[in-house]
Amino acid sequence: MAVKRQGLGTIAFSSPPHIIAASTIVGPREGEGPLAASFDTVTKTDLYGEKTPEKAEYRLLEEACQGALTKAKLEAGDIHYYLGGDLLNQIVTSSFVARQLGIPYLGLYAACATIGEGLALGAMIIDGGFADKVLVGAASHYHTAERQFRYPVELNIQHRGTNQTTVTGAGAAILASSGQGPRVTQATLGKVVDYGLKDANDLGSAMAPAAADTLVRHFQDTGTTPGDYDLILTGDLARMGSKMFHKLLQDAGYVLGGKHQDAGLLIFSPQQKAGAGGSGAGCIASVLFGHVLKEMYQGRYHKILVLPTGALFSPLTCQQGESIPCIAHALVIEEG
Amino acid sequence: MDPKEAAKQKEYRDLVKAMEPRPSFLRNMLLAFLVGGAICLLGQFVFDFFKGLERTEAEASAITLAAMIFLGAIATGLGVYDELGELGGAGAAVPITGFSNSIVSAAMEFKREGLILGMGCKMFTIAGPVLVYGILSGFLVGLVKGVLLGYFR
Repeated sequence: MAVKRQGLGTIAFSSPPHIIAASTIVGPREGEGPLAASFDTVTKTDLYGEKTPEKAEYRLLEEACQGALTKAKLEAGDIHYYLGGDLLNQIVTSSFVARQLGIPYLGLYAACATIGEGLALGAMIIDGGFADKVLVGAASHYHTAERQFRYPVELNIQHRGTNQTTVTGAGAAILASSGQGPRVTQATLGKVVDYGLKDANDLGSAMAPAAADTLVRHFQDTGTTPGDYDLILTGDLARMGSKMFHKLLQDAGYVLGGKHQDAGLLIFSPQQKAGAGGSGAGCIASVLFGHVLKEMYQGRYHKILVLPTGALFSPLTCQQGESIPCIAHALVIEEG
Repeated sequence: MDPKEAAKQKEYRDLVKAMEPRPSFLRNMLLAFLVGGAICLLGQFVFDFFKGLERTEAEASAITLAAMIFLGAIATGLGVYDELGELGGAGAAVPITGFSNSIVSAAMEFKREGLILGMGCKMFTIAGPVLVYGILSGFLVGLVKGVLLGYFR
């Protein structure tokens, strides 16, 4: 009997793990945004002194992981599992970091929702009694994502209003069975939802149905409504996706109102010309582990729902005319 | 798929289409005209300059093209041309400086995988189709011209 299940598909942890430490690092553009003060480190350049942006991305994630370890006064050897992911082919960034850390490693891919998958799995591993401490991390880099998913950075392209800007940044956190810090109390894992949208220039609209599906299932399973949460944080539906998300929730009978914020909209100001907003695995990771956790420590939020969303396509499938499958994982984080 | 679900998804897709932010065509056309026009004006100055140096107009126009390609490459390397493209759209893409940008930006991007397998192989990833279809359409137009003028009789 799966005693920790609630409703049709929500997990309610019996001894919810704590987020005992978290660390973030972002690039210069994110460091000019409204959340600048919430990040632990802002790099001076995109390349961060490295020869290639791939190396820079790897260092961002490595430093986020190291930062979380330092804050928790732990060594890599104290961690039982490392769960990490990024946007690059073969998730090389996280695997390279795992090589450095020397901890048993599970590589994850859920595009921009990777940190959600990591937190949910990490919490399950700890609550299941398989580990005491788990490190989760995710990263993305504007330059590496552009070249893999789109065009050379210096190419003359006129972006559309729905285009999102990949965040250069990384976030990592340590989940532990005991200690201080907010707790991951529930998780509703996402189904792959595909409403047949094919426009890779508007991923927010493609992901909104996945976010709505997971959130509605979560509300039904737990008997909660938006009013039960201080914040519902999606990442990253951006401007267009958020609009569609509100519409879908409204159709399902839920009014989000001011409860909803989106990591992609929080990280850049409209003056920064970042299109519809930020995106990338590092976006929700750095916003959640920086800004949002700090707000929780200060007692501004007591119970939040985090809903990272990912578009599970590749440039190849898009060129072949396939639609964009999407996913969203919901996590409830409560003050510890 | 369940027809009710299919209808729901179709309705959503239509709604996305209806709610998409519309680009301002008037503003975009004006900016494309201004950016493209400025590039062409610069080209005209360069052409007039070389006309004084070269013997024939054909030679002057050849060296003007080379000079404009060079300027496009420099602007790409300085990180200016992508901003021009963001502003002017096709106004920056259509002149030969845009073609130069498409090659240089790819060369810069892929240089880190080495000079042969990186830059050498992938330099034309963006410009490739322009070459392929440019040559193909040139051939077809030439063929039609040839038939009409009776070269094949």
